[in-house]
Amino acid sequence: MYKIVRKEKLSDKIYLMDVVAPRVAHSCLPGQFIIAKVDDKGERIPLTICDYDREEGTITIVLQTVGASTTRMVELEVGEGFEDFVGPLGNPSDLCLEENLEETKKKKIVFIAGGVGTAPVYPQVKWLKEHGIDSTVIIGARNKDLLFYEDEMREVATELYMATDDGSYGFHGNGCQQLQALVDEGKEYNHCVAIGPMIMMKFVCLLTKELGIHTIVSMNPIMVDGTGMCGACRLMVGDEVKFACVDGPEFDGHLVDFPQAMARAAQYKTEEGRKMLALQEGDTHHGGCGNCGGDK
Amino acid sequence: MAVDVLVKVPISEQDPKVRAKNFDEVCLGYTKEEAMAEASRCINCKNAKCITGCPVSINIPAFIEQVKDGNFEKAYEIISESSALPAVCGRVCPQESQCEGKCIRGFKGDPISIGKLERFVADWACENGIKPKANPNKNGHKVAVIGAGPAGLTCAGDLAKEGFEVTIFEALHEAGGVLVYGIPEFRLPKDDVVAKEVENVKNLGVKIETNVIVGKSITIDELIEEENFEAVFIGSGAGLPRFMGIPGEQAMGVFSANEFLTRNNLMKAFKDYDTPIWRGKKVVVVGGGNVAMDAARTALRLGAEVHVVYRRSEAELPARVEEVHHAKEEGVIFDLLQNPTEILTDDEGWVNGIRIIKMELGEPDESGRRRPVEIPGSEYEIEADTVIMSLGTSPNPLISSTTKGLEVNKRGCIIAREDTGATSKDGVYAGGDAVTGAATVILAMGAGKQAAKGIMEHFK
Repeated sequence: MYKIVRKEKLSDKIYLMDVVAPRVAHSCLPGQFIIAKVDDKGERIPLTICDYDREEGTITIVLQTVGASTTRMVELEVGEGFEDFVGPLGNPSDLCLEENLEETKKKKIVFIAGGVGTAPVYPQVKWLKEHGIDSTVIIGARNKDLLFYEDEMREVATELYMATDDGSYGFHGNGCQQLQALVDEGKEYNHCVAIGPMIMMKFVCLLTKELGIHTIVSMNPIMVDGTGMCGACRLMVGDEVKFACVDGPEFDGHLVDFPQAMARAAQYKTEEGRKMLALQEGDTHHGGCGNCGGDK
Repeated sequence: MAVDVLVKVPISEQDPKVRAKNFDEVCLGYTKEEAMAEASRCINCKNAKCITGCPVSINIPAFIEQVKDGNFEKAYEIISESSALPAVCGRVCPQESQCEGKCIRGFKGDPISIGKLERFVADWACENGIKPKANPNKNGHKVAVIGAGPAGLTCAGDLAKEGFEVTIFEALHEAGGVLVYGIPEFRLPKDDVVAKEVENVKNLGVKIETNVIVGKSITIDELIEEENFEAVFIGSGAGLPRFMGIPGEQAMGVFSANEFLTRNNLMKAFKDYDTPIWRGKKVVVVGGGNVAMDAARTALRLGAEVHVVYRRSEAELPARVEEVHHAKEEGVIFDLLQNPTEILTDDEGWVNGIRIIKMELGEPDESGRRRPVEIPGSEYEIEADTVIMSLGTSPNPLISSTTKGLEVNKRGCIIAREDTGATSKDGVYAGGDAVTGAATVILAMGAGKQAAKGIMEHFK
């Protein structure tokens, strides 16, 4: 069992947990992710690494309830744990590699984090700060209640901008509009990292293409094993088929086929909805899910 | 029980109509009496060809002799000297081209059902709580094995028997490799067969650490330098699924056989587990190997009409004859000498059909098989809501790209000596699909065995 040593509720459906996983903490770098499985019947869920403590051997993850497995995950309390927790998976962010340090120092970097995308952005910004590199961070969400990690991010970002679609906190508008506003003010960026829901990354890429800012996105497609075996996470980048788990998760955002990636991400929506229904209804479940045949 | 020495004792199977709707094992195995009767057909050849046909060289006539006399425990001991996974091999080995293919009985009449007897003995041992015994004498050497599939389990088991301290590192959450993610329950039961045989390997003293991805969680160099392993065996299996490169392949409803089977087998999507699986109504499986048969028969059990589309003819199907036979019995439709040219989609990007071209066989190619050639103008379309690509795999780069001094060939497979498993890096050995590309369980076990010998030599 991989024990939970800290748990915080960040918003209605978003939770933060510190999990003891020494092997992952020993080797992970910003940009990588883990796969967690809550219990015997659980699904393997890819989750980004928000922070890590090599000495304590812990990994900080942020998770949002989406389906049956993630719902059971957030019900776990401190002292309980995940049945399985494996990583780090994927490649570290190019920005946060020692060998690229000189190159990175020359860049004018802006991060745009959307929703739970704040989690994977944080370790990158923190790494850059530790290496004396400035970065601007924009955190966007639908409303104030969905924002998290502001204080932590403020400590590591050179400049931090908060944006909400409804104007309930910070800038009134989304991350794209905030970036446009900063550029209009005369700020200059030549490297953008956008991490969040696919629809948000797609719109950031449309804007940055126009603005001529090189943009990296972190893709979060459907995965099963996460080690390059199943091919579920394949996506088109330029003319090539790439596997997000072994070739990514970061790609040149201007080359990613977002419409296709978004369609593929929704592939199991119906199935998941049915499982969720079965979970919510528990022992009172007698059909309607399309799987159990209880209503036939 | 009366026996015709030329005819094998028939084995009971679930009725095809019944089993096409469940995931229970197809073959029900021999009873004691049937096994003893079948064993009595063996002529106990002095120069037994069957042994040479077995990649792990089980002393076949010796164990069959014991079965004939009802000494099943002794038979199990004889098999266990050579194989760590007899209940698995008895079920999934291509015996017709190995031991049974060389059986002298087979020249005139049916060969002995060696695989079914092996399975009987292993199942009997399991039911009667008989386990291989651990070697109490440790030799003090530490060996790391990467991958708890057939190659790794075999290598680890053989080394543990010799007193090595062995730890297997497994990337997935469960040990077994292809035995748990690839081969379906109806061919190889997971709890009753695979888990039990993995447990037997552990009983030999082998430690298995799951959820460790060598090349990511830790590198081979770190295993040697920081965790004091003196030798490493890489049995990490095959890797990334291949696709055809035809239009429409990224559409929704197109899966690799690996994904489809992993969801169903490892993640148990056919039961009330969380992992979803796409249950098509009309499924086209592209390819003709054992994996294609597994995918086709799984899709069938999930409720679909299933077509296997293969570009050569029935004679060239790489799948085992028994698998093809079972698939046909269950109602899988074979569209042979045909090849997809495009996957068709609806407005939302879901598969709604497939365009296929007919083929004919031309001159033999490098593999000696007649090359399939397209028949111009023969294209046609069929409706389908699911396409499963079962075209083999290409090597996973996770280990080769993170291990200094480990050479790979131009296909990306690790280069290892066949007789010892030795790679270009001192103290590092490899075998199984990571070396050969996708092959069979038993060939991987054979390679694991050779490498165990190579590792033993290394310490002499």
